[in-house]
Amino acid sequence: MSETTRAQLKGLAGLAVILACWTVYAVYFSPTQGWTFYLQLTVNGIILGSVYALIALGYTMVYGILKLLNFAHGDVFMVGAFIAFGVLTLLGGAYNPAIPAGAGGALIVLCMFAAAMLGSGVLGVTIERFAYRPLRNAPRIAPLISALGVAFFLENSMLLLFGSGFRTYNGFDLISYNGIHLGGANGVFIQYLGLMVIVSSVALMVALIALVRWTQLGRAMRAVSFDREASAMMGIDIDRVIAATFFIGSALAGAAGVMFGLLYSQVYHLMGFFAGLKGFTAAVVGGIGSIPGAMLGGLLVGLVESWAQGYLNGNVADLVVFGILIAVMLIRPRGLFGTPELQKV
Amino acid sequence: MSDTEHPPTPESEPPDRKIGVDQWVAQADDRRQKATGLGGRIAHIWRILPPAGKLALLTPAIVVPFLGISNGNLFNYGIFILIYALLALGLNVVLGFAGLLDLGYVAFFGFGAYIYAFLSSAHSEKGHVYAHHWDAQYSIPVAVAICALLGLFLGSSSRRLLGDYLAIVTLFFGQAFVVFTNAADPYGITNGSNGLANIDPLTFFGGHLTIHTTRGYYWFLLAVVMLMLVVLHFLSESRTGRAWKASREDPLAAEQMGIPVNRIKIMAFSFGAGIAGLAGSIFAAVQTGAFPQNFGTAVLILIYAVVILGGTGSLTGMIVGSIVIIASNQALDSTSPPNQARVLFYAVLIAAVLLTMKTWPKRIAALLGAAVFGLVLHAIVGAVWSNGTNGQVTSGGFLTGVIKHWVLMPVHPHRLAIWGYLLLIVCVVVLVNLKGWWRILVLVPTLSLTAFVWENLMILQPAVTRAVLFGLLLIAVMTIRPQGLFGSAKVEIV
Repeated sequence: MSETTRAQLKGLAGLAVILACWTVYAVYFSPTQGWTFYLQLTVNGIILGSVYALIALGYTMVYGILKLLNFAHGDVFMVGAFIAFGVLTLLGGAYNPAIPAGAGGALIVLCMFAAAMLGSGVLGVTIERFAYRPLRNAPRIAPLISALGVAFFLENSMLLLFGSGFRTYNGFDLISYNGIHLGGANGVFIQYLGLMVIVSSVALMVALIALVRWTQLGRAMRAVSFDREASAMMGIDIDRVIAATFFIGSALAGAAGVMFGLLYSQVYHLMGFFAGLKGFTAAVVGGIGSIPGAMLGGLLVGLVESWAQGYLNGNVADLVVFGILIAVMLIRPRGLFGTPELQKV
Repeated sequence: MSDTEHPPTPESEPPDRKIGVDQWVAQADDRRQKATGLGGRIAHIWRILPPAGKLALLTPAIVVPFLGISNGNLFNYGIFILIYALLALGLNVVLGFAGLLDLGYVAFFGFGAYIYAFLSSAHSEKGHVYAHHWDAQYSIPVAVAICALLGLFLGSSSRRLLGDYLAIVTLFFGQAFVVFTNAADPYGITNGSNGLANIDPLTFFGGHLTIHTTRGYYWFLLAVVMLMLVVLHFLSESRTGRAWKASREDPLAAEQMGIPVNRIKIMAFSFGAGIAGLAGSIFAAVQTGAFPQNFGTAVLILIYAVVILGGTGSLTGMIVGSIVIIASNQALDSTSPPNQARVLFYAVLIAAVLLTMKTWPKRIAALLGAAVFGLVLHAIVGAVWSNGTNGQVTSGGFLTGVIKHWVLMPVHPHRLAIWGYLLLIVCVVVLVNLKGWWRILVLVPTLSLTAFVWENLMILQPAVTRAVLFGLLLIAVMTIRPQGLFGSAKVEIV
């Protein structure tokens, strides 16, 4: 067993112990005892966490390949949600009588996902081409500042175009707001919408893992993230691989934006900021640069946020999530799955 | 190499070479000085000018325009330029000298303001009564010291983190400050989003010296900025300053040379935080209040725009950057007359065309083409669809006639303007990828489109527009000229 695997296993074991202790406390000793409440929050957390995991994947892929924190990623997520909103409006909205209920709604949602993923993907590639590619050999700090500029530009462009109000995804009829009750009427309630979010994000993640592991592009991506110069000498078109990475990462963010919009049934120009920060937290907690780490990290951040909202209150939830980020950075800077960085002289 | 070969003789090097500049770097310096043309000559003169001369040339630039100006404009322009110059000088220590990306810098500005407000004001909020009325010679140093300590604490807590992680931790710190002052403060000491009002003016020595007029603040700030310029100049040339630059360029090599890299980085962080605290406490006194919205992300971007445009590492750059950025920021404020913003916008547009086109025939072709294209398009659209040209011009001033006949002004512009904005982004993306005369062919309609979007969308929301433009500025400066106006280009050692 290699050194890295052992470190990862130790991290996972520690995490399992912490989670087990927390569960025992929450269920038997906290002011609001009982399994139902706990499980309900856990289900909500998993739904939220799968959205954060999709955002985190974009951060982690870009970091893995360029060693760049893409501050604009959260805003790409926001633009994706807006594109889907535009499609929804263009198709007449959920209440359009021309569309039959059920299958028609599902079709609209499918269109929204397709448009948002395509649009955000193209946006991501454009951002890479104009804001990051010219700075690839510049000092580390230059693309970070450029990314800050991109984030600010995107947020304020949306403000300029669509104003500061909340836009409702009037998607109440698109996917039924009904759900499954587990354990009777007072048991755990799972929305169909939540199930759809979990299923589709798991499907996207499986597709991503398959792509990275078994296709030629995925092999090229792994090679470039391992050693850019050497892979260029092996005949890999670096620019193309990086552009593809940005496309995939941004498309995932766009999909996450649609899910977020459906879950909270509203979009606005600043939604990308905090969601982006949480996605980033997820990527760091999982170990930035690691794809399974981003998934696990996203799930954890979603769970922690949901639990904090349930057992503490809504205002504190964000602070708890970021407190965990700082704690992880101080105690275990490379996260759960990250490999310690060796500095070459 | 055999022993008989001589090393290069010391006589061959000019005697006035600076210590610490080796031959290779010096040659790179010589190469750079061969820049031709008027701009190159001015740049050369500026470079060889001694610092005292630079100060002597810069001072009138800040002082003269504000001698005969009204109080309102002096407040909007003079005082804000100096406050941001001070902030930029502080960020320059962190970002320019030590190379640390501090995205929570604006929180120290806020801390300075709030600490001054707690120490030198009289009011009660939710049962807490503050009536300290400390003199400024006590409260300002205390504010600076607390900010510097906070910087020390934040810097050392993130000591183990890489540069990128420091950026995120500080970003969170800045956000936490805004959230805390706005809403989450449990005791009401910051009075939430209403902020603290009725703060004392700068009172020194028990009231023997009180600064409370706008003009007085202007001279006081000017003195502070000048003093800070001198201090930072000597600091940057000192042992510590050189250590900062060394660890910025190559932390590993600096560590090997015996520089305590971590310690001096934290020191730079703390130093910058102290300067931000100073700026914050003066700012609180100037506007006799501290409000959370003064310390948000927009202000952070503004400070970064000043530092990046001016050129990280250059003291001159901070002053010039502050004049350019803050003057445009205030001109694009929603309370300023829109025509002022319009003139500025078109001036920048024409300057951008002149700068991107390298030869005069191309420049003239682009500008003339845009003028003719606009007129022809206006005539055609006016003939086909009269609602497309009958819209209202927003306070056009002396430009009303020109705009009315050159820019399409639809009666209901909103939806069209949104599509125009998106199309403009596409056009710019295409434009950057084209070369030669093809570029002019696309540039001409793009200029028309820019004017259309400006007149129908942007001028109605100048405050949002300036945020968009500053975001673009950060990208543009970073990709086109990362050293900014006055920074020195990085010598790449391969």
